[in-house]
Amino acid sequence: MKIKTIEDLKKIKEEAQQKTALREGVGDYKLVVYMGTCGIAAGARGVMSAILEEISKRELKNIIVTQAGCIGLCDREPLVGVEKRDGEKILYGNLTPEKARQIVASHLVNGQIIGDWVVSAQQ
Amino acid sequence: MKEIALHVLDLVENSARAGAKKVRIAIIEDRKQNFFKLVIEDNGRGMSQEVLEKVKDPFFTGQHKKVGMGVSLLAQLAEQCGGYLEVDSEEGRGTKVEAIFRRDHIDRPPMGDIPETLMVLLALYPDLEVEFEHVIDGSRWMMNSKELFQNLGIKGSNDLGLLLPSIRDWMASQEENLLLKGGKIDENQDY
Repeated sequence: MKIKTIEDLKKIKEEAQQKTALREGVGDYKLVVYMGTCGIAAGARGVMSAILEEISKRELKNIIVTQAGCIGLCDREPLVGVEKRDGEKILYGNLTPEKARQIVASHLVNGQIIGDWVVSAQQ
Repeated sequence: MKEIALHVLDLVENSARAGAKKVRIAIIEDRKQNFFKLVIEDNGRGMSQEVLEKVKDPFFTGQHKKVGMGVSLLAQLAEQCGGYLEVDSEEGRGTKVEAIFRRDHIDRPPMGDIPETLMVLLALYPDLEVEFEHVIDGSRWMMNSKELFQNLGIKGSNDLGLLLPSIRDWMASQEENLLLKGGKIDENQDY
């Protein structure tokens, strides 16, 4: 359905609310998209957009998506950090929207870290 | 950066980091007078005269980091496109950035994906009141994030998270309508 008016948006919201409780991911995660000038120039917006779409499509809850500035790894941008509530921190680098979707599916939903794209890991 | 919309994202990040509660984004295009104006105005903490003087220097920043590329990149771009960039700021009141371009200048980047930029901003800063306005030759569309969320009855972040892509699609159709109303605009056309 093409969304043209506020009424269309309201309808979609009602439908979403009627669905039963949202699905939980494996754990509660915080995603940090690095959105300094370097990140944005390297494609962070598309990466963030893909993450938001995937979270919405999979109806995931308890996932916080936030941003941070430049951390000096400009050549590895776009960077995304995945932080678990128990303290595990994984930093992924050189991402694309497609890779970001796979991170949501593999890491957030199934708890599998995608080792090939990891820049740093902290247990 | 390849899009004006990416500069918008970058500059509104500055506003958010400066503690703004409200930011106004306006893009005003006039084909007859051949100008393209971008305005970003916030009520963040503002800058002192001293900081303001150095704002276009890429190796100066008011934040806790080493460089400050954002404003300087946009300033350079505007100047390259026969325009200029003006920053007006007052401590405790807020900051206003205005970038003017010659609309048909070959180096002016295309508008880009404004709906995606706005979606990302709404996701990152749900409590920031974002007012957006796009005017082409007197036709316009505008939105205010606070009013939109109230109108839709969005309460928590889970509510918003589910709806964001739909909100983006809605904004995209507003942009599309505007382009139709303002006459078809071909980004590569010469006037």
